[in-house]
Amino acid sequence: MATVQEVMDARDSFEELVPAEFRITNSQLHTLQVNVGYKCNIACRHCHLQCGPNRTEVMSHEVMQACLDAYKTVGFTSMDVTGGAPEMHPELEWFLREAHKQGVSLIVRTNLCILADPAYAHFAALYDELGVTLYASLPYYSARNVDKIRGRGTFDASIEGLRLLNEQGFGTGKHTIVLVFNPSGATMPPAQASMELEYKRRLEADFGVHFDSLVCIANNPSGRFAEALNAKDKLGKYLDRLIAAFNPGTLEGMMCRDQLSVDYQGALYDCDFNQALGLKIRPELTIFDLARDGAKVREVVFANHCYGCTAGAGSSCGGETA
Amino acid sequence: METYYNPADLANFSGDGVGRAASDLWDKYMAYYGSVFEDGALTKREKSLIALAVAAAVQCPYCIDAYTNSCLQQGCDEDQIFEAFHVTNAIRGGAALAHGVQALNVIEDQEL
Repeated sequence: MATVQEVMDARDSFEELVPAEFRITNSQLHTLQVNVGYKCNIACRHCHLQCGPNRTEVMSHEVMQACLDAYKTVGFTSMDVTGGAPEMHPELEWFLREAHKQGVSLIVRTNLCILADPAYAHFAALYDELGVTLYASLPYYSARNVDKIRGRGTFDASIEGLRLLNEQGFGTGKHTIVLVFNPSGATMPPAQASMELEYKRRLEADFGVHFDSLVCIANNPSGRFAEALNAKDKLGKYLDRLIAAFNPGTLEGMMCRDQLSVDYQGALYDCDFNQALGLKIRPELTIFDLARDGAKVREVVFANHCYGCTAGAGSSCGGETA
Repeated sequence: METYYNPADLANFSGDGVGRAASDLWDKYMAYYGSVFEDGALTKREKSLIALAVAAAVQCPYCIDAYTNSCLQQGCDEDQIFEAFHVTNAIRGGAALAHGVQALNVIEDQEL
């Protein structure tokens, strides 16, 4: 059977579809996405970064400090903290407090279910105290589907986590919590607005929990998701579906044009998916270079997994883009 | 093995396939078809579930394939898809059973 790379390379080049003006970044970048490490309390089937309880990669204190410095130097307007489960980083609280002191506009990506663990439940109060915006992944509004993707008991734990956050004012008017949906299989995501209504109706009626809005993210054909699809000989079909739905109207708003993603070692990428694939920015710089010199307009590193962000209504870490 | 139903034939449900003759009628049908499945008083999602239930009723394998995929694409899960099949089953079964009233009429007609 063909490898993931062979299947990806057998398709027309994504890069050739991108006009010159959209192959480069915006002159001012807005988001610094900080991946604090790959350790996670769960191992989701579709995780492109292949995170899980056995991963040990953790961002060092020096790299965290450089992220704070780079935020200022570059003039980013949002810091998007992700993982793994960021809460499992031993210095997350210090990092968030420093960022808050510095006036950073903070987004934290949480999987919700970790907050049901007494060892991490205190983060709900910290998020309230610092006024962060939460992006919380919840792949469906029922136990059967979520437990299939994330492991037994994770749905009930996620609802418990969401309830805890509701009590701290998230989704109830004080702070913003955005839920993140992505399909459980090889289908494209549904329209965001329609899925948000469905989630609201179900979660409020069945569990009495609340959230502000929902974003839909397409599964990117990389990492564990790509490997699992390819093992079933379905990767090519999924990729062809994305290619058939290619929408040139999504190119201008591709997230890679407006952000940088930094890994636990301080290496820089155009996005989290390129991080998963080890495709570093060109020229190859680190967060320490960025903290010292700021950011220049750069050419984005594209490959055929980028079809995942440009199909249909487009996809990014913030949901639809077109 | 040759069969009358071939998944690859679904691609010929197109202007180049079944629409190449009487193409003006095909075009009108497809314009109408597209409008039917837009969001309206019912959502696309609800319409996909109805379409799947009807596909099961008319036992069209092409439509079952297409609308199972459509339901997944609209964010439906396996439980919802199978509830749609049970709606079909209930109505098909119910339609048979409801015709029992005719048998009842015959029986009652024969009774003294």
